[in-house]
Amino acid sequence: MMLHHYLILAAVLFCVGLMGAFTRRNAIVVLFSVEIMLNAANLNFIAFWRYSDNPELLHGPMFTLFAIAVAAAEVAVGLALVIAVYRHFKTVDLESMNTLRE
Amino acid sequence: MTTTTLALIPLLPLLAAALTCGLQNGRRAAGVAIAAMLGSCGLALAAFNEAWGMAADVHATFNIPWLTVGDTAIPLGFVLDPLNGAMLAMVTFIGLLIFIYSAGYMKDDERMARFFCYLSLFAAGMLGLVLANSLLLLFMCWEIVGVASYLLISFWFHKPEAAAAGKKAFIVTRIGDMGFLIGILLAFKTTGTLTLYNEAGNGMLQQDLTGTVFGISVAAVISLLLFMGAVGKSGQLPLHVWLPDAMEGPTPVSALIHAATMVAAGVFLVARTFPLFEVPLYEEGILKMTHVVAWVGAITALIAAFIALGQYDIKRILAYSTVSQLGLMMVGLGVGGVAVGMFHLLTHAFFKALLFLGAGSIIHGCHEEQDIRKMGGIWKPMRVTSIAYLCGTAALVALPFVTSGYYSKDQILAAAWGEPLMRPVFWIAAAASLLTAVYMTRQCLYVFAGEYRGGKTPHESPVTMTAPLVILALFALGMGMVFETSIFAKLQGEVIHDNFVIAVSMAVALGGIALGWLIYRGRALGQAADPLAAMPLVRKLWFDELYAATVGRLWSLAIIMAEQLNELLLRVRDLAVLLADRIGNAFAIGGDRKLIDTLAFDGMCNRLRSAGHAVTRLQNGFLPGYLRLIALGAVALGVLVFWIK
Repeated sequence: MMLHHYLILAAVLFCVGLMGAFTRRNAIVVLFSVEIMLNAANLNFIAFWRYSDNPELLHGPMFTLFAIAVAAAEVAVGLALVIAVYRHFKTVDLESMNTLRE
Repeated sequence: MTTTTLALIPLLPLLAAALTCGLQNGRRAAGVAIAAMLGSCGLALAAFNEAWGMAADVHATFNIPWLTVGDTAIPLGFVLDPLNGAMLAMVTFIGLLIFIYSAGYMKDDERMARFFCYLSLFAAGMLGLVLANSLLLLFMCWEIVGVASYLLISFWFHKPEAAAAGKKAFIVTRIGDMGFLIGILLAFKTTGTLTLYNEAGNGMLQQDLTGTVFGISVAAVISLLLFMGAVGKSGQLPLHVWLPDAMEGPTPVSALIHAATMVAAGVFLVARTFPLFEVPLYEEGILKMTHVVAWVGAITALIAAFIALGQYDIKRILAYSTVSQLGLMMVGLGVGGVAVGMFHLLTHAFFKALLFLGAGSIIHGCHEEQDIRKMGGIWKPMRVTSIAYLCGTAALVALPFVTSGYYSKDQILAAAWGEPLMRPVFWIAAAASLLTAVYMTRQCLYVFAGEYRGGKTPHESPVTMTAPLVILALFALGMGMVFETSIFAKLQGEVIHDNFVIAVSMAVALGGIALGWLIYRGRALGQAADPLAAMPLVRKLWFDELYAATVGRLWSLAIIMAEQLNELLLRVRDLAVLLADRIGNAFAIGGDRKLIDTLAFDGMCNRLRSAGHAVTRLQNGFLPGYLRLIALGAVALGVLVFWIK
C-alpha cells in the first residue's frame, strides 16, 4: 500500500460527498455528504502523517481528533437547524426553501 | 495764439451745430449759430492779424499727438501762416454775413433750425480744413464739408431734383476724393508723416522727396493724386457736373458753399501743398504738375464760360461762372504760384458771395422765380440789391481799376504771359474773361433792363438780407486795391505790371460788355429767341448725357454683372447652407442621438441594468446553488494559491 492509494481513496470520498451535497435535495442527506467530505480530509491527514519523515510527533491524529470533535458539534447544530427548518416549512427539501429570494 | 484759441475757431461752430440740432425754434437756432460764428470770426481775425505779422515763410505749428501705432505717432494739429490766416478771415467773415442773411432768407422755412445746424457743421468743417496741419485732419474736415454740402444741397429733399443733386454732388466729388486718399497714403509711405509742417523741420512739405513711381518723380505723383481731390471739390473739368446742379440748394448755401468757400477748398489744397506741385515730373525736365494744373484750369474756365452763355436760370449762370473762375484760380496757381491763385480766390469769394446773395435777394423779391426770362426791370423796385449786384458783376467781369476782380485777374493773365511755355493758357484765360463779360452783360440785361415780365410785382428784401449785400459790395470793389501789395508780400508772390497784359485785360472786359450789349440791344428779351442760347450751350455741352452714355452705361453693365454675381453667390450660399444642414444633421443624429444618447448614456444605463439583473439572478434563494458557488470559489481560491506559488 502506498501513500497515493490513500490519497486517491480520500479524493474519491471527497468527490462522492461533493456530488451528494450538490445534487441531493434532502437537507439530511446533504449533511451526511458534508460529513463524508470531512472524513475524506481526515483520511488525508492520517495518510500524510503515516508516511511522513517523523511519525512519532503525532501531528496527524491530533488534527483528526479535533476535526472529529468539531464535526460532532457541527452535526449536532446542523441537525438541530434541520429540525427547526422542518418545523417551520414542514419539509426538508432544500429547493422549496426559497424565501431568501426577494 | 495758443492751440486752444486756434481750436476754438472750428469748435465754436461745431458746438453751435450740436446745440441747434436739438432746437425746434428757428430764430433761436439762428441766434446760437450767428453768435458762435461771431465768436469764431473774432478769433479768426485775431489769428489773421497775428499771421499777417509773421514773416512770409514762417509756419507756426500747434501739433497734438493723436494716434500712436507701434513706433509711428500720427499727430493732428493746426498750422497758422499767412496763407490760411487770410483764408480764415475770409471764411469766417463771409460766413458770418451769410449766416445773418440766412436768418432773413430762411425765416419762413419750418426746418430753419435744422438749416442752421447744417450750416454750422459746414463752417466747422471748413475752418478745420483751413487750419489743418495734417493731411489726415484736412481730409477728415474735407469729408465733413462734403457731407454738409450734401445735406444742404438736398435740404429741400421733397423736390426730386434737389435730392438727386445732393447725391450727384456727393458721388462725383467722391471720385476725386478717392485720388486724394490714395495720395495721402502714398505721401505717408514716402515721407513717413502726415503733418505738413512741424517744429523739427521734417514735415511733409519740409522734406525733399526722392524716388520715382513709374518713372515719374514721387512728389509729382502725390501732387497729381491730391489734385484729383481738388478737381472734384473745385468743380474742374471733367468733374464739374455736380456744381451747377448743386444750385438746387437754398441760395445762401449756394453762396457760402458752392461759390465762396467750399469749392475754393480744392484751390486751397493745391496752394497748401504747393511745394509738391513745383517738383519737376522728370529729373532735369521742365514739365511740372503746375503746368497740368494750369491747363486743366484754363480748359475748365473756357468751357464753363461757354456753357454759362446759354443758361436761363440765374443761379445756374452764376454756378458756371463759379466753375470758370475756379478754373482761373487754378491757372493762377499753375502759372504764378500761391499768391496769384489765392489772391483771386479771396477776391472771388467776396464778389461771388455777393452775386449769389444778390441773386437770392432777387429770387426772393420775384417770388421764388429763378428764370431770367421771367424777370426784367428789377432795377426800379429793388434799388439796393440792384446796385450791389452790379458791383459784384463789375468785379466778376473785372472792370478796370475800380474792382477787386480786375486786380486779381490781371495778375493771373500777367503771370501766364510771363511764362513763355504758358502762352496758350494766357489766350484761353483771356477768352474765358471775354465770355465772362458777355454772359454777365446778358444776365444783367435780362434781369435789370426793360419791364417786369413775371406775375406779382417784385419787392425789396428785408434789411437782414440787404445789409450783408452792401458790406460785400464794398469788399468786392475795394478789396483788390487795398490788399494786393500785402497779400503778394505775405504769400511770397511778385506783382507784375505788364502794359500789354493790362491792355488785353481791359480790352476783354470792356469788349465783352460791348459785345453783349451789341447782341442784345433792341431785342425783346424773354419773348424772342435768344441768339446765344444755342442747343449745345443750353444742354451744357451734353456733359451729363455723355456721362450717362459712358459711365452710366458702364455702371448699368456693372450692376447687371453684380446682380448675376449676386445670384451666383446666393446659389453658393444656398448650397453651403444645405451642406451645413446635412453635416449638422449627421452630427445630431449620428453623433448626438446615436453615439451619446443611445450608445453612451442609454447604453450604459441598460448595460448597468442588465448587469444588475444578472447579479440579482444569482441571489435566487436556491440553496444548492449557493453551495455550488462556494465550491467554485474554493476551487478558484485553490487555483489562485497554486498560481501565486
